[in-house]
Parts: sequence; structure tokens; C-alpha cells
Amino acid sequence: MKIAVCIKQVPDTSVRVKIAPDGKSIDAAGVEHVINPYDEYALEEAVRLKEQVAGSEITLVSLVPDKAQQIVLKALAIGADKAVHIKADNVPNDSLAVAKVLAEELKLGSYDMIFFGKKAVDYDNHQVGAIVAEILNLPCITGCTHYEYSGGKITAYREIEGGVEVYEVVPPVVFTQEKGPHEVRYPQLRELMAARKKPIATKQPNFSAPIMQTVELSYPPPRPAGKIVGKGVEAVPELVRLLREEAKVI
Amino acid sequence: MNSVLVFVEQRQGRIKQSSLEALSEGRRLAKKIGSTVSALVIGNQIDSLVNEISKFGPDFVILVQHNALANYSPDGYRDAFLEVVKQEQPKVILVAGTAMGKDIAPRIAAKIDAGLATDCLAIEITDDAIIATRPVFAGKVLQKLKITSSTKIATLKPNTFRTEEVSTKAPSIKKITPQIDPSKWRAVLRGIQEPEAKKQDVSEASVIVSGGRGMKGPEGYKILEDLATALGGTVGASRAAVDAGWRPHAEQVGQTGKIVSPNLYVACGISGAVQHQVGMANSKVIVAINKDPEAPIFKFADYGIVGDLFEVIPALTREVKKLYGKE
Ligand SMILES: Cc1cc2nc3c(=O)[nH]c(=O)nc-3n(C[C@H](O)[C@H](O)[C@H](O)COP(=O)(O)OP(=O)(O)OC[C@H]3O[C@@H](n4cnc5c(N)ncnc54)[C@H](O)[C@@H]3O)c2cc1C
Ligand SMILES: Nc1ncnc2c1ncn2[C@@H]1O[C@H](COP(=O)(O)O)[C@@H](O)[C@H]1O
Repeated sequence: MKIAVCIKQVPDTSVRVKIAPDGKSIDAAGVEHVINPYDEYALEEAVRLKEQVAGSEITLVSLVPDKAQQIVLKALAIGADKAVHIKADNVPNDSLAVAKVLAEELKLGSYDMIFFGKKAVDYDNHQVGAIVAEILNLPCITGCTHYEYSGGKITAYREIEGGVEVYEVVPPVVFTQEKGPHEVRYPQLRELMAARKKPIATKQPNFSAPIMQTVELSYPPPRPAGKIVGKGVEAVPELVRLLREEAKVI
Repeated sequence: MNSVLVFVEQRQGRIKQSSLEALSEGRRLAKKIGSTVSALVIGNQIDSLVNEISKFGPDFVILVQHNALANYSPDGYRDAFLEVVKQEQPKVILVAGTAMGKDIAPRIAAKIDAGLATDCLAIEITDDAIIATRPVFAGKVLQKLKITSSTKIATLKPNTFRTEEVSTKAPSIKKITPQIDPSKWRAVLRGIQEPEAKKQDVSEASVIVSGGRGMKGPEGYKILEDLATALGGTVGASRAAVDAGWRPHAEQVGQTGKIVSPNLYVACGISGAVQHQVGMANSKVIVAINKDPEAPIFKFADYGIVGDLFEVIPALTREVKKLYGKE
């Protein structure tokens, strides 16, 4: 099976983000980038499928700046076989433009399965995977936690409010990945070394005219400081009174 | 041509509350630009939903029905939805940010080359654009995203927009039997698994009692269930609890779980890591119960009790029951 996984870099989620002086972008200085966590989950699922189906191969497709190659290398070490690094220092924050570039590349590979994260945790746009699928006219199941493969068919599990939708689909297919039951494997030093020898093709993107743009970024108002009502069981009646009379939520 | 189209989601004949929020917002936007608002409902045998939808003041209710659309189908609902979009040519499409809404909105966007803003907190509308305010970078920043495609699509964050019942004239009803061909659908829904005990989803709950590593194990959640029941809410969990296998992922709140916005969020034995915080910081009121007075959760909780949750929670449950006269 030919599998593609689209990965993007995002700022490390535990760090502070600072708005740049232009008021429309994030100050890149000192920001550490990591693979978008949902893309890592997707890669893990792809590697599991590859382990099940002999002769499978995983290609990464990443539209990220030149200096983001470290995330591509890490993903190769986790278990991909090769990568296409489409280099762009300024990827527009326009999901349709991004999806078109990815679709153009993915079309060339005739993949049986294409994995995306359900969303990238920078701008939380939550759409690129499904858009690519529609552009390529492929079936797509979004927000899947995990998969079962048997007899050429894939069963995909998708969480909805209060339940799980179970889908059956025959490749070629696009999946977008929710956090699932499987932890992402941690690459060993040996795998990190081997990743350096795996092929990375580099390309240049052609973006369509944008229809979406950021006009302003701002910090949300901070939550007003709360209060410690008290210690232990003695504080319970006062808490209930405050919730009833001050906050009016019970 | 200039209209606002709101997708009103139903499952098993039940309309989503967040769709009614979207409908109310759609009506407000339509008023601003002097246009009409239509409610689109897709399903099978859903005529009876018109009454409830009408309370929120749509000018039109468009019912798209087919026996193959009784359950959600990504292919089927997309095709039915697109048929209506092509007829109506709306200026703005609003969709509630539910599992279904998040699935269908980008598909429509792709098919008509429209810009899509997801998880919106507010929407401004001008002659040729919408500007959506939405949380980005895990809620640490707010983005104003401008969309200038001829149709603009937005999904709205649940529990954010006000519902508004209005008494205007009854809407006109349009009934459509869509030109769909189920034999061509490729992603086939085989079934919907429901947990044995039906439980309200954290993303829709107005009260959440959430437990973290401090619960010590799966048995600990019994006292949270009791408190949640007393408050008419549901149980949530931190990632530490989910990764330990104590609770299902569906209950996880946070960056890689669900983003919730209840009226009341009670965090029990949860330290308040930033990845948890981003999932629940939009709650109206946050209560923290933690034995460590230095726990970060106390920095953003409205009310805190420092103490052993295994003592405090049962006491709180008793007090709430007393208040509601259940004991
Ligand atoms: C990419 C990424 C994504 C993540 N996504 C999420 C996410 O979606 N959701 C999420 O929650 N986390 C997420 N995390 C993990 C997050 O960083 C924290 O590790 C996690 O939230 C900690 O869970 P916790 O508060 O339950 O546990 P801990 O941090 O261990 O806190 C337990 C708390 O319980 C208190 N306690 C213990 N015993 C008692 C008692 N008897 N009575 C009262 N209090 C007690 C302790 O004082 C402590 O404060 C993510 C991390 C990463 C890197
Ligand atoms: N620049 C990019 N390069 C590669 N993949 C991307 C890029 N942007 C988005 N994706 C993929 O699309 C998914 C959803 O992203 P988004 O719609 O931006 O939240 C991500 O999890 C990635 O799998």
C-alpha cells in the first residue's frame, strides 16, 4: 500500500506565543517548533498499517519553511520512508490555498491512503484534510481515532457526541486523525541516524490568490483572579453559597 | 442571492442546541445586511421539526429528505447540502461546530471555493466580507480572519452565541427530494456505537465535573459521577486520566481532547497544565478542588477549595442535594 502523511510544524504547545509588531503574525524569535500532535498520531496509525500490510511505503508531504526540515527528519525516524518537502517561508494562512498545493502534490503519488491531522494546533483551522479529499474526489472520513484493516477494506472509528460512528471504506481514501488509543512511538538514536539517509525531494509551491487573511491578532482578556474559598470540607457550604448567589450557576 | 443559510443539524430527530444558536446568529447577520435567513435541515421524516425551528425566526425552512439520509453520511449530506447551496447561492453559510458540522463545512467550502472560518466566537459582516473572531494557538491568541470569497462559511463554537426566540410570521417551507445516488457513496456508515450508559457529551454539557490524576484510579470517579448527577452535568477527564486508561478519550478535555464551554466546570485533582486549561478556559465559572495550594489551576479558577478531594467532593454532593431538596 502507498500511504501519504501530511505533516506540519506548530509552535511547541507549552511555550508562550508572542504577537509580532505587525499585529497579524506570531513573533518567530525563540519559538520551538514540533510536529503537529495530530499529525504525529496520524503517522503512528500509518506506521501500524504499514506493519500489517507487507510492501507498504509511507511518504511524508510537508509544506513548511526550509528550516523546518528537522520535523521532517523526526517523522522519517518515527517510521516514514521518504518525504516531499515543499519549501515556503511564508505559508499563507489560507486553508484553500494550502490544500490546493498539497492536493497538487498528492495527486502525483496515486496513494491508497492519505492521512492528515484533524487540525493543526497553531491556527486550529480544522479543514485542510477534508478539502484536499474533495479536490481529489476521494472518500474521506474525518476525526478517526483508529482503524482496522482486513480483506482490502478499512474500518474507521470516528468519535461523535455521545458515540462512535463506524465506517467501512475501500482505498483510495483520505483520513483525518483524532487522538486515538495508540501512543506515538519514540524514535531511537539509531532511527534518527537512519532518517538522515532517507530521500527528501524538495519542491516550490505555487499559491492561488488568497481569499482568507488574518487582519488582526490580539490577546484574549485575562480571566479575573479567582479566590480560594477555604480549606477542606468546612469550605463547602460557602462554595455552594457563592455558586448560588454570586456566580448564579447552580 | 444575498441570503444567510444556516445548517440545522438533527440526529434521530433531535435538533442540536448549537444549531439553534447558529440560527439565531444567522438571523442577526441577515438583519444587518437586510437579507433573509434560511434554515436547512437534512434527514428523513423530519417535517415535525419545523415547529421548533420556526421559533427562532427563519424566513425559510428548507427540508431535504431522503430515506438514505436518515443517518449522517459524509457523501450523502455533502451532495444534498451542495444542491441547496447551488440553488440558493447564499452569501454566508453558518454551521454549528459539532462533529457533523466540522465534517461537512470544509467539504462544502472545497466544492464552491469558499473561505471557511472554524470555531468562531463572533462574526462581523460587511458588504463584501465577513470578519470572524476565533481562538488560535490554543486560545492564547484571538484571530480576526477576513474572508472575501463570494460565499463565506463559518462554523460557530457551541455555547457561545445567544439563542433568541422571536415571534414573526411563520416561515415558508421548501421541500426538496435531493438528486442523490447512494450506490455511489464510498465511505459507508456501518453503525453507530453507543456506550451502554447513555451519557451527555462534554462538548454539549452545561455542567462538567472533571477528574485528573488526583482521582488515583478508575474507582475514584464514582464520587464525580454522583456530584455530576446532583448538578445535572456530566463527567470529564484530564489527559493524564485518559492515558492511564481510567476514562475514555471522548471525555478528555484539553488541547488534544475537547474544547468545552459549560456554565460550570469543576476540576478535581487536576493541576491545570496549559494544555488542559485551553480546553476549559472558556467555561463561565471554574471551580478547582486540589490539595496543593500552589497548583496552577488556582491561578485561573474562579473559586477554589484546598483540600483532599475524597473528602471535599462527597461533602459538596451532599450540600448540592440539600440545596435542590433531594435529601
Ligand atoms: C501536545 C500535548 C497535548 C496535551 N493535551 C492535553 C489535553 O488535551 N488535556 C489534558 O488534560 N492534558 C493534555 N496534555 C497533558 C498536560 O500537559 C498534563 O500533563 C495533564 O493535563 C496533567 O493531568 P492532571 O492535571 O490530571 O495530572 P497532574 O498534573 O499530575 O495533576 C494532578 C493533581 O491532582 C492533585 N491531587 C492529587 N491527589 C489529590 C487529592 N487527594 N485531593 C486533591 N487533589 C489531589 C495534585 O495536587 C495535582 O495538582 C497535553 C500535553 C501535550 C504535550
Ligand atoms: N503546510 C502544511 N503542510 C503539510 N500538511 C499540512 C499543512 N497545513 C495543514 N496540513 C495538514 O492538514 C491538517 C489540518 O490542518 P488545518 O486544517 O490547518 O488545521 C494538519 O494536521 C496537516 O495534516
